[in-house]
Amino acid sequence: MSEDKLEQDPGPEEPSPIRLIGTLAVAGLVSGVIIVAIYLATFETIKENKARELRESVFRVLPNVTKMQKLLLKEGKLVVSYEEEKDEKPIYAGYDDSNKFMGYAIPSDGPGFADTISVLYGYRPSDRKVIGMWILASRETPGLGDKIYKDAAFVANFDDLAIEPPIVATKKGKSKPNEIDAITGATISSVAVAKIINKGNDYWASKLKPGMAPAYEEPVAPAASPEAEEAQAQ
Amino acid sequence: MAKEQHAYEEFMKGLWRENPVFVQVLGLCPLLAVTNSAINGLAMGLASFFVLLGSSILVSLLKKHIPKQVRISCFIIIIATFVTVVDYSLAAMLPVLHKELGAFIPLIVCNCLILGRMEAFASRNTLRMSIADAFGMGAGFLYALVALGGAREILGVGEFFGISLFGPNFDPWVIMILPPGGFITLGVMLLFFNWIEQRKINLDKQIAAEEGAN
Repeated sequence: MSEDKLEQDPGPEEPSPIRLIGTLAVAGLVSGVIIVAIYLATFETIKENKARELRESVFRVLPNVTKMQKLLLKEGKLVVSYEEEKDEKPIYAGYDDSNKFMGYAIPSDGPGFADTISVLYGYRPSDRKVIGMWILASRETPGLGDKIYKDAAFVANFDDLAIEPPIVATKKGKSKPNEIDAITGATISSVAVAKIINKGNDYWASKLKPGMAPAYEEPVAPAASPEAEEAQAQ
Repeated sequence: MAKEQHAYEEFMKGLWRENPVFVQVLGLCPLLAVTNSAINGLAMGLASFFVLLGSSILVSLLKKHIPKQVRISCFIIIIATFVTVVDYSLAAMLPVLHKELGAFIPLIVCNCLILGRMEAFASRNTLRMSIADAFGMGAGFLYALVALGGAREILGVGEFFGISLFGPNFDPWVIMILPPGGFITLGVMLLFFNWIEQRKINLDKQIAAEEGAN
């Protein structure tokens, strides 16, 4: 039909502005519907992926931990938080099988060599020690800077590390309890990780006193969320 | 039958004669950025393949309804929709890979290879030819990405698809997985393609000359 029309009328006929706007509007509308549909369809899975990734990271930086809960500092007290919204500085408390408190997992970030490095580290308030470190996100140079998480020996530096005086990355071989061995060829990244953990400790170490952690609460579907109830019913 | 042959030609040209990377030298931004391992190249190649195929089908079907004054914006809307679908699906199904590829999945929108095929081919040809073209170009881009990623991973890490090849004593050539390694590898591959092309031309000339002498 339209092909015939084209052959009969080959002149440079201008489509009306309404037609142009209409085409773009329809294209935008259809595209919008598809994008929102795929967003809604994948939303739950993406959320679960992120939660699982966080849980795995917490278990990695806190040895022997099998349970965790998110905590927020409110008026000098740590309260358990279930909310999914953007929180102000959450930390995560880890517990073993018998619900005994084992330590905190503290997120902290700062500038690395290439981009911001996000670190999660385990902290035990009873003896004021860092007991594990894991990189959540970084864009450090492949083969050099990325050893901050690929090099098991570097990661092991943080398994038992005193935080006072502040952590120092050294190239001469660590000799003090607050020193870590910097990676050859990636000194900036190594120092950055130490600085990021020091930054986290500056904020948290004085606030987290021994015996302050709340007891583990079995996760129950929060009654306030009808969506969660609905999901459970199904 | 003649039509069958034609569609086959359209498919084959993307693989070799008009390979988007080695001959047209298009889409180099994602090519150089993500090919530090074979698996990243494969994932990026498959994502681009899907977007190219989907957009080609849609553009070819809708070409009569899209006024030429707004065609580029319409192509971009179509491509961007497919890219968003790929982005969210990857984040849901393969989060590790999605994290690795990072910003380069959304950036498929501005891969000039895809917009180029829409403008130069899908908007002027039948659905059948457009599908053949998209398959060829997509596959050509895919194998270029895997070849580049594979070569860089083998030299720069000593692994292929994460499988160690040379044992623990191999000293990896770190520069190969850094940006310069991408340029070096691509340069060598382009050299190889041009050398073959040149050899073919010389051979043709020789044959013609011999025929002329006879």
